[in-house]
Amino acid sequence: MSAAPIHLAGERLMLDPEGGLFWPARRLLAVADLHLEKGSAAAARGALLPPWDTRATLDRLAGLLRRWRPETVVALGDSFHDARGAGRLQPADRARLAAMGRAARFVWVLGNHDPAPPEGLPGEATEALVLGALTFRHIATGAGGGDISGHFHPKASVPTAGTVVSRPCFVFDGARLMLPAIGAYTGGLDVRDPAIAALFPRGGRVFLLGRERLFSFPLAARAAGRRVQAAQAGLPPHM
Amino acid sequence: MTGTLAEPFAGWFARQGWAPRPHQLAVLAAAQAGRSVLLIAPTGGGKTLAGFLPSLLELHAAPRAGLHTLYVSPLKALAADVARNLMRPVCELSLDITIATRSGDTTATERRKQREKPPNILLTTPESLAVLLSQPDASAFFAPIRRIIIDEIHALAGSKRGDQLSLCLARLHGFSPNATNLGLSATVAHPDAIAAYVGPDAARVTTQGGAPPEITMILPAGRLPWSGHMGLSSAPDILARIRAAGLSIVFVNTRAQAELLFQELWKINTETLPIAIHHGSLELSQRLRVEAAMAAGQLRAVVATSSLDLGIDWGGVDQVLQVGAPKGVSRLLQRVGRANHRMDEASRAILVPANRFEVLECEAAIVGVAANALDGDPPGPGGLDVLAQHLLLTACAGPFLPDAMYAEVTGAAPYAGLTRADFDAVLDFVETGGYALQAYDNYRKLFRDSEGRVHIRGERTARQARMNIGTIVEEPLLKVRLARGPLLGEVEEYFVTMLAPGDSFMFAGRLLRFLRLRDTVCEVAEGGEGEPKVPAYAGGRMPLTTNLADRVRAMLADRRTWPAFPEPVREWLNLQQSVSRLPGRDDLLVETFPRGDRWYLVAYCFEGRNAHQTLGLLLTRRMERFGMAPLGFVATDYVLAVWAAREPLDVARLFDEDMLGDDLEAWMAESSMLRRTFRRVAVIAGLIERHHPGAEKTKRQVTVNSDLIYNVLRRHQPDHILLRATRADAAGGLTDLSRIALLLARARGHVRHMVLSRVSPLAVPVLLEIGRESVRNAAGDDALLAAAQGLDEDALVAEASGAAEPPPFRPAAPPAPRRGPRRAHQRQGSLFTRLSTPGRSER
Repeated sequence: MSAAPIHLAGERLMLDPEGGLFWPARRLLAVADLHLEKGSAAAARGALLPPWDTRATLDRLAGLLRRWRPETVVALGDSFHDARGAGRLQPADRARLAAMGRAARFVWVLGNHDPAPPEGLPGEATEALVLGALTFRHIATGAGGGDISGHFHPKASVPTAGTVVSRPCFVFDGARLMLPAIGAYTGGLDVRDPAIAALFPRGGRVFLLGRERLFSFPLAARAAGRRVQAAQAGLPPHM
Repeated sequence: MTGTLAEPFAGWFARQGWAPRPHQLAVLAAAQAGRSVLLIAPTGGGKTLAGFLPSLLELHAAPRAGLHTLYVSPLKALAADVARNLMRPVCELSLDITIATRSGDTTATERRKQREKPPNILLTTPESLAVLLSQPDASAFFAPIRRIIIDEIHALAGSKRGDQLSLCLARLHGFSPNATNLGLSATVAHPDAIAAYVGPDAARVTTQGGAPPEITMILPAGRLPWSGHMGLSSAPDILARIRAAGLSIVFVNTRAQAELLFQELWKINTETLPIAIHHGSLELSQRLRVEAAMAAGQLRAVVATSSLDLGIDWGGVDQVLQVGAPKGVSRLLQRVGRANHRMDEASRAILVPANRFEVLECEAAIVGVAANALDGDPPGPGGLDVLAQHLLLTACAGPFLPDAMYAEVTGAAPYAGLTRADFDAVLDFVETGGYALQAYDNYRKLFRDSEGRVHIRGERTARQARMNIGTIVEEPLLKVRLARGPLLGEVEEYFVTMLAPGDSFMFAGRLLRFLRLRDTVCEVAEGGEGEPKVPAYAGGRMPLTTNLADRVRAMLADRRTWPAFPEPVREWLNLQQSVSRLPGRDDLLVETFPRGDRWYLVAYCFEGRNAHQTLGLLLTRRMERFGMAPLGFVATDYVLAVWAAREPLDVARLFDEDMLGDDLEAWMAESSMLRRTFRRVAVIAGLIERHHPGAEKTKRQVTVNSDLIYNVLRRHQPDHILLRATRADAAGGLTDLSRIALLLARARGHVRHMVLSRVSPLAVPVLLEIGRESVRNAAGDDALLAAAQGLDEDALVAEASGAAEPPPFRPAAPPAPRRGPRRAHQRQGSLFTRLSTPGRSER
């Protein structure tokens, strides 16, 4: 497993292929859009999806905690799929989250899906967390540097020799960083979508999540008159 | 078995200038004796009338109110057409019989009328029947039914639609135990299985085909192409044949091929002969316009895919052209039968092979048709996903007892072997999701009363279930719309992800320019520049059937059949024999040779493209383990080619049967085919909704990607009923595992490994496919990403050495555009000149 270092507002940050961000100087791990209990939310609407999405997401979070041993964990909002999500946790999952909360200080940044702090779980809740030159928030703002956010579930599609490969990704332009969603049932929004592209008008780079590493591709600037540009790469024909 | 035709029907037949045919009378006799009947007859045999005669006679003898006969057809259009034809005798004889059709298009007013005063004869489709059966009044509506006619039953049995229909038929017989089935089928390879589908003791009436079809072959002028599947270089010959006939159907194998050939024909169509295009992705209104123009005699030709394989009797079709390989004898016969629906006259068909392997296949198909050697696998066991949908819909109509329902379901032929344990597992899945973790008791869709009867949870659950009826699952599709203009049809989402604004592509017979993606609509403008792309569709290609593959292999191995081949083909085969050898009937020829900085391994398996794709994935995995450093592979219907950094040795061991053990398990875990299969299963079973009440706009937000569900389920409950259903589907044809197993068994001890110093003549076509076909790398998507990123290193270096902003990155070449044979010609020289002084040795 190899993490990719980047520099944001003078701080050195590590991008983890599992989708987390680690800030060594502060021993801080940030993760975005866990969407815990999305499965049971779907079940309430009549789609009885496998009920293990919370367990799968916590498995992933546990892996990140083991790897980085953070003092602080910042969940960048939409940690629960809806306001009542925390109340629907299976007892085992709740106990697991509580244990994580004892091992590290949890900061729940509030998101649009979970506008209130989760009931009965350790940690503090906030709209945005400012630490030095960096600001951890759910939705990126148009202005200001040092933003670290989630919300959009960025993913990128790359044409390769075999097929178009589509993966969740980090988006980074030197001034702000957007994290991929790590919830087991979270889908993605293509980085070419205007909602994301508008936040990175001068382009940047995307880092696609892989098994043991990240794959980096340039994200093109928004050229005048062309609404969308892709983070694309291609191979010449084989022969 | 004989029967007689009573008046006034005998007189009506005479006035048409017809005599009742023996099979029509035989069907009548069996039906009047109260038996279910399967009628097997070729097109044009008066099959449909034979199916309705028993009903017409009964309703004439004893007019009555209420539903008497239900007719089910796989096509809405066919049901409507049959209803029109049926009106003729009914009107001309002033029979007191009411007829109605029921489909998704039937208006609410008409539906209400049908419920209040049911017609005597109702014509419908399997899906609309399922809707009717999910209504609370279904039992009263269907109780009086006497006869159920199933048209084109060969197209339904063995498919998921057929599974659903079989369960619906079992329901109907529960409502009306005396009702009988009457199945109408084209000639099939497995009549016993179709008869079992009609009923356990169904009488069988079979007529042999009238005149045998006249099938000829035309080769493109000039050099016989080495590769390519589009057949575009034959366009002038095709146009000449169109000009010489009244109405032609030009059948092709894929929608992409339809688009390309249509363009090619219009490029040279200086007389502007009316030529249209018809395929399943076009907007329905466009398809209907083409069909109407065809029926009105306004067209000279239609370029069509399997969208015209079945369907209403056009009558006036003079000839059928098949461009590209026929792929199977049954399929070719079905298509040939579209020309000339009069049984006693020969249908005329012309085969247009696109390359030299296809010439072999066409010859084999002509011989196969003459021998009436039909192909096709017998229908497998019914899908558990379909059963899940059926149980939920049945509960919508009213409560049921599981014991009685199990008995009813196993009465349907596809489910005769269903175990009680599987039935209970499916029912449990419908009730609560069937998860080991009992998390969803509050959200259960079914509940049981104190007597053990199963009820639907509420009207909302029922409405949701009815909105998701059906077993046809499309890949995720996006609509294509002209900016400020009409809808043109639908393309797969996958294709659109490969387009950048400004890219041009061909669709609906037009050259279009991609503008933007807006929600689920792909907006386009007319015109475009540069090399156009053509939308490809997953699963759009039929694999070569086993039957036809055997014939091709046999012809290759037997020189006595060669005189039938055109000169260039004979020359090609002779050359192959002198530098390597020909694939034998019962062995597996594998050639290895170096070229450039790579080693190639070419295996002549003849098991169809799907099976070769899977075999390629398994084989490269194995070569990786053996240290041969495979780099990629390409599969055609005939051949699999793998290239590697190191020489493949001990080839016999590579093809050992244990390939289907560990390698298969590992492959299954990652296979995108399995993911696609899971998606279909999950949609049919109701785990993933296609429609959600009041949520059309936010559909993308409420649905969870099936891949994500698959990942979670596979990790936490690998024996879940839907995963079992997925594996059963994947093994039963979709991934052609059984064909691979047979191949490996056949190859054991019979691998003929030819170590060559250069490419052999027979290997040229597959090498030309490399770079044109999508090529899978051995190590999966991560390796593909690494390769794509590796190419980007130049840009990174430039960026590091001073360029402040990375330049916009666009692919140097579109990934694998499908092109005609032009490119093949360009490449031909370099490969072919290397053939002259070959070396050979056998290991």
